[in-house]
Amino acid sequence: MAKKAQSTLINMLLSLTVIALVAAAALAALNAITAAPIANAQKAKVENAISAVLPNFDKLQDTAIDGNICHIGIDSEGNFVGAAIEAGNDKGFGGHLQLMVGFDAEGNVTGYQILETHETPGLGAKADKWFQNDGKGSVIGLNPNGNELKVKKDGGDIDAISGSTITSRAFLDIVNNASSLFQNLNH
Amino acid sequence: MKTSDIIKNGLIKENPTWVLILGMCPTLATTTSAINGMSMGLATTFVLMMSNIVISLLKSVIPDKVRIPAFIVIIATFVTMVEMVMKAYLPALYENLGLFIALIVVNCIVLGRAEAFASKNNVWHSFLDGLFMGLGFTWALTLLGMVRELLGTGSFFGHSLIGGADGMLMMILPPGGFLCLGLLMALINHLRKKC
Repeated sequence: MAKKAQSTLINMLLSLTVIALVAAAALAALNAITAAPIANAQKAKVENAISAVLPNFDKLQDTAIDGNICHIGIDSEGNFVGAAIEAGNDKGFGGHLQLMVGFDAEGNVTGYQILETHETPGLGAKADKWFQNDGKGSVIGLNPNGNELKVKKDGGDIDAISGSTITSRAFLDIVNNASSLFQNLNH
Repeated sequence: MKTSDIIKNGLIKENPTWVLILGMCPTLATTTSAINGMSMGLATTFVLMMSNIVISLLKSVIPDKVRIPAFIVIIATFVTMVEMVMKAYLPALYENLGLFIALIVVNCIVLGRAEAFASKNNVWHSFLDGLFMGLGFTWALTLLGMVRELLGTGSFFGHSLIGGADGMLMMILPPGGFLCLGLLMALINHLRKKC
């Protein structure tokens, strides 16, 4: 076996410095390559979510209300057709839950997509299908304005995900919140 | 050291999951489905292979007293590379594994092989050791993921086998992880001792 470098101060300094420099250079190079695809992937995710929740729109106009991003949909004649609102809270069972909620011009829910979730697989994670049109606790077509969405346990009309009342409450809270943001939109 | 010994050690005799019982955190956390377990295993395999090669190459220029920080920097570099590439080209997978990819840095298997094998052996053997230790970890995680997914959701690699059935949810949750791990470990070690 080759002779090992002695643990003198200068040897230790040199070897660690060189290793750290090479590592940093390699990562910087890779970052330059992957930065664009990473940004694209995130952008594509948001765009897919918008087109999944918002009825036919021609172009989008982005604004922010209280720190929440709103994508306002406008059709080819310049009419307001609805908005997709990014909203979230930290009341989920696993922490933060972030949704994209779509509303038509009257404020009815047209769809939702989950942007970020830490809910339990098999339980709270079912929220991605549960509240959709063909799910058991559909919120599509409802208007939370003036008539807050609540789970049945809290006196509402929505079936909570079995075994995941906390997730269901957090979810409906976000939809209600998004709805009030929608009402505040200046349109 | 014979090549066949290194292969056998990684896959069966000193399998990191079933025998050395290292890296239990990602093992339990990422095996909620077969595909997640397999992806975690493959990501770890890549890091193990690369860090073993580099550490073996540098073993004579790294002074003993700073070897651990040096190893950690090398390992963390490869982990960050995996993370960036996955984020850029496999965003859906990254969302499932995100947190645990970064935690490969502190996976005891990686540092363990660097310290116990790569810093004492030549590059070719270290590469093989990294590859087969990684594959040993991968098959263990894939098997555990398959069993948990099958029992918990009634599906196999995401394809539902039993229509409409929900399965035993507990198997997807942490208690099921411990149960499956323990039972599989007992079974595999029983078979291993028979051979």
